[in-house]
Amino acid sequence: MRQLLVILFSQALVNNFMLSRILGTCPFIGVSQQVETATGMSLAVVFVMTVASAITWLVQNFILNPLNMAYLQTVSFILVIAALVQLIEMVIRKSSPSLYRALGIYLPLITTNCAVLGVAIINYQANYTLLESAVSGAAGGLGWALAIILFAAIRERQRLAPVPRAMQGFPIALVTTGLLAMAFLGFSGFDVARFVGL
Amino acid sequence: MSSLSALLSMGAMGLIFGLSLGAASKKLAVDQDPRIDQIMEVLPGANCGGCGFAGCSALAGAIVSGDAPVTGCPVGKSAIAEKIAKIMGVECAAAEPKYARVLCRGSREHAAELYDYRGIQDCRSAQITGGGAKVCTYGCLGLGSCVAACPFGAMSMGDEGLPIVDEALCTGCGKCVAACPRQLIELRTASESVNVVCKSHARGPEVRKACSVGCIGCGMCAKNCPEKAIEMIDNLAVIDQSKCTRCGLCIEKCPQKCILDFAASGEAAPISGKKAAV
Repeated sequence: MRQLLVILFSQALVNNFMLSRILGTCPFIGVSQQVETATGMSLAVVFVMTVASAITWLVQNFILNPLNMAYLQTVSFILVIAALVQLIEMVIRKSSPSLYRALGIYLPLITTNCAVLGVAIINYQANYTLLESAVSGAAGGLGWALAIILFAAIRERQRLAPVPRAMQGFPIALVTTGLLAMAFLGFSGFDVARFVGL
Repeated sequence: MSSLSALLSMGAMGLIFGLSLGAASKKLAVDQDPRIDQIMEVLPGANCGGCGFAGCSALAGAIVSGDAPVTGCPVGKSAIAEKIAKIMGVECAAAEPKYARVLCRGSREHAAELYDYRGIQDCRSAQITGGGAKVCTYGCLGLGSCVAACPFGAMSMGDEGLPIVDEALCTGCGKCVAACPRQLIELRTASESVNVVCKSHARGPEVRKACSVGCIGCGMCAKNCPEKAIEMIDNLAVIDQSKCTRCGLCIEKCPQKCILDFAASGEAAPISGKKAAV
């Protein structure tokens, strides 16, 4: 249990996928215009990262390792992720057409999102168990969600702010990302284990 | 052996995922208006964006939801509009198709040049670097940005250095209109065929120095028009197409031969035919 909490905090905050590992930047910049769509995207990413973590663990331990096919890791992981993204695309299209339209091209792009592939490979390298992998994936997704929702809220306010013309749009968004990442730098060196042990 | 197991295991994974996705797509199928697919089949599918929507599927959706008229596709012309109207079950008011008209006759022969332009062969580059090689600051630069912009291959660069529009291929999408840095191309319906083929607002003497077929602002056309359809605006004759009856009197009276009936000439840029008369 303690170990799971350590994974949760370290994946979500200390090693935040977006702001510390700089993974998953494309949708982070692309879908952060509104808090609402950012939240929808976050939910999709949390789901994909959690399920992908679990399934890639199974693939790694029951297919790749017994057959000595570690070299197929990337291919098989992407296969898993692509299928999952297809599934979630269908679910979102069915359940919320407006969210489907708002997410647009970024939804299928989760397939090639390095955060999703990243969490699967990080889990493998850290030798996590199945449960630990799933928690790590969920925590990574939640951390990414936290980053993009914070960022979307900032961008919503920025639209009302007198940003110099040359800095409007992407430039100010990138500067803001940098500042957010510096804020999250405050978590580095944070002793998660001690914090959880309290 | 290992390559076989790799093949088998990856294939099996693909098969399982594929089958489950197939099952899921059946279960999660979205009931979308069948008319959207029907209209999609009728539309050209070039995704040119001439309608103002992101692509053909976006237009199909907009037509079904009532946000766009059945004549929304400028490329398809009336034939497609009729098919769409049939799918939608409405009457279609025939929309007159539009064609791109190049409103400049200043070919190499007629228009004087200032210098020899050897930069990037693109009108916009020529325009922003040296302001174009021609003396006339309103005329066609002849480097073919419009030809390159045409998604339907309807434009070509003529021997005289002016673009020629092939009416049979022109869909009136307006890409060339946006590409021309001097705004020399306009969309006109087939019946709006009489046009002043000059855009120069320069005064008469200046025009004469720059080009032998430019509008010198003499006003002969305006004086002789029986319908009072021509107005002189800032040294340039402008035809009000809603009043023009295509009588052709202005074409006869113009001393510079810079009024043209595109319908009579049979093609959209009939420079060669008119040149003999100059």
